[in-house]
Amino acid sequence: MAYENIDLSLAPDFQGSRAVSVLGTRLRAVVTPFLTRYGLVIAFLAVWQVSSTRGWVNPAVFPPLDVILAALWDSLASGALLDDIAISLQRAGIAFAAAVVIGIPLGLFMGQVKAVEQALDPLLQFFRQTSALALYPIFILLLGLGETSKVFVIFWATLFPVLLATIGGVKEVDGKLIEMARTYGAGRLAIFRRVILPASVPAIFVGLRLSATTALLLLIAAEMIGANKGIGFQVMNAQYNFQIPLMFAAILLLALLGLAANAILVLLQRRLCRWSQPGL
Amino acid sequence: MSIAPSTERGEVTIRHLSKSFTLNGRPLPVLRGLNLTIRPGESLAIVGASGSGKTTLLRVLAGLEEADAGEVLIDGRPVHGVGAERAVIFQEPRLLPWLTVLDNVAFGLETRGLGKEEARAHARRYTELVGLQPFENAYPRQLSGGMAQRVGIARALAVQPEILLLDEPLGALDAMTKIGMQQELARIWRDEDVTTILVTHDLEEAIYLADRILILPREKGGEPKFIDIDLPRPRDRTASAFVRQREELLALFGLH
Repeated sequence: MAYENIDLSLAPDFQGSRAVSVLGTRLRAVVTPFLTRYGLVIAFLAVWQVSSTRGWVNPAVFPPLDVILAALWDSLASGALLDDIAISLQRAGIAFAAAVVIGIPLGLFMGQVKAVEQALDPLLQFFRQTSALALYPIFILLLGLGETSKVFVIFWATLFPVLLATIGGVKEVDGKLIEMARTYGAGRLAIFRRVILPASVPAIFVGLRLSATTALLLLIAAEMIGANKGIGFQVMNAQYNFQIPLMFAAILLLALLGLAANAILVLLQRRLCRWSQPGL
Repeated sequence: MSIAPSTERGEVTIRHLSKSFTLNGRPLPVLRGLNLTIRPGESLAIVGASGSGKTTLLRVLAGLEEADAGEVLIDGRPVHGVGAERAVIFQEPRLLPWLTVLDNVAFGLETRGLGKEEARAHARRYTELVGLQPFENAYPRQLSGGMAQRVGIARALAVQPEILLLDEPLGALDAMTKIGMQQELARIWRDEDVTTILVTHDLEEAIYLADRILILPREKGGEPKFIDIDLPRPRDRTASAFVRQREELLALFGLH
C-alpha cells in the first residue's frame, strides 16, 4: 500500500520532468551550435551597447547600436545612401569583373606554359609586393581623377590574387591524371577542358574570394582619397561633419557588402565543386 | 587452355628494344635489346627486381615513353605513342575526382569521340561488370581503395582494348582485397577477348593470373627468362602444383 502511494505521487512529476528534459535536449541541439558560432559576436555587440548607453565609453565616439541602426535605416529609407551604394558597387563590380575576365584566362595560360610563367613570375611578384595604393598617384596622373583611375586601382589590386591562384591551381594539377587522359587519346584541348580546368576550379575560387575582399578594401581607400560619392566617401564625410552614427552606419554597410560577396562566392563554389565537399 | 588464342588481334611483338635513362649525367640502361612476342589473347606477367625495367617496358608499350632503339609492333604494325587498341591500368586508380563513378568509366569512351549518353550507356555495362552499379553516382572520394581500382579497371575495359597493360594494379591494396581483386581479374579476362600484360612484383599474383611469366634480368648481360604456367583455370593457390610452381619461381630469384 505504501509503495503504491509513493508511486502515484511520483509518477506525474517524473513524467513532467522527462518532457521538460526532452524539450531541453532539443533546444540545446539548436542553441549550442548557434552560440559556439555567434556567441562572441553577440557578446561584443552587447558590450558595445551597454558601455555606450551607460557612458563607460564616450557615446559621441561610440554611439549605441540602436542609434547606428536608426541612422542606417534613415539614410537607406530616405535614399541618401542609395546613390553611394550604387556607385560603389559599380566601381568594385567593374574592377572585379575585369580582374576575373583577364586573370582567369591569363592564369590558365601562364600555368600551362612554363616558359611564359618563368619569364613573367619575377615581374608579377614585384608588382604584387608594390601596394596598389602607392601606385594610385601614377594612375591618377595617367588616367585623371575620374572614375577610370579609381576602377583601375581596384582592378590592379584585385587582379593579382585571382591570377596567382589560377596559375598555382594549374601548376598543381596531378600530372598522373594528365598522363591517364593521354592514354585515352585525349589531345591538348581535351586535357585542358576535361582535366586541367576542373582540377583548377577550387584554387580559382580561393583567388576569387581573396580578390573580392581586396576589391572592397581598395574601393574604400580610393573613395576616401579622391571622390565625392560612394560609401567610402560617406565614411570620411560623416566623420568630417561629426555625424558619427552615420559614419558607423556606412562602415556597417561595408561589412555587410563584404559578407554578402563572400557568401555568394561560397554558394557558387559549393555548386561547382560538389565533388570536393566533405560529408557528401 | 592457356595457349589457344581466342582472337587473332592483339599480338604484340617487341624487337631489339633498348632504353636508357640518364642518372647523374651517366646513361643507365634498363632495357637492352629485348625481343618478345605476346600471342593474341595471352596473359603475360612481367616480374623482376626493382630496376629491372619492367615498368619502363610497360610504359614504352603504352606509348608513354619513347624507346631509344628497336620497335614495338601490334598486329604487325609498328606503333608510336598512345593508341586506341591499348588501355593502361595504373597502380593508382587515377580517377577524376569531379566525375561520378559512371562518368569516370565513360571518360575514355568520351575522349575517343562517343557522345555523352552513348558513352554512359556503354559505361554502365562495365560498371556492372566490376560490381559497382550501386555506386555509379558516387564520387571517387567516397570509395575505398579497392573500389576505386575497380573503377579504373572498368574504365580501361570499357574502351574494349585489344591489349590491356597493367602496371602493378593491385600493388597498393591490402592483402584481402588483393586476393579478391585477383579472382575478379581472372574472371574478367576469361570473359573478355583481350591480351593482357601485367607488371607485378608479386610472384603469386603472376602465377595466379598469367599464362606465361617473363623474368627480366637486373644485371648487365643477364638474359630474360620465360616460364609457362600450365595450371588449369580457375587456379587454386593452395593446390600442390601451384605451390610447386611458386617454389620454382622463388628458386630462380635465389630466394628458396
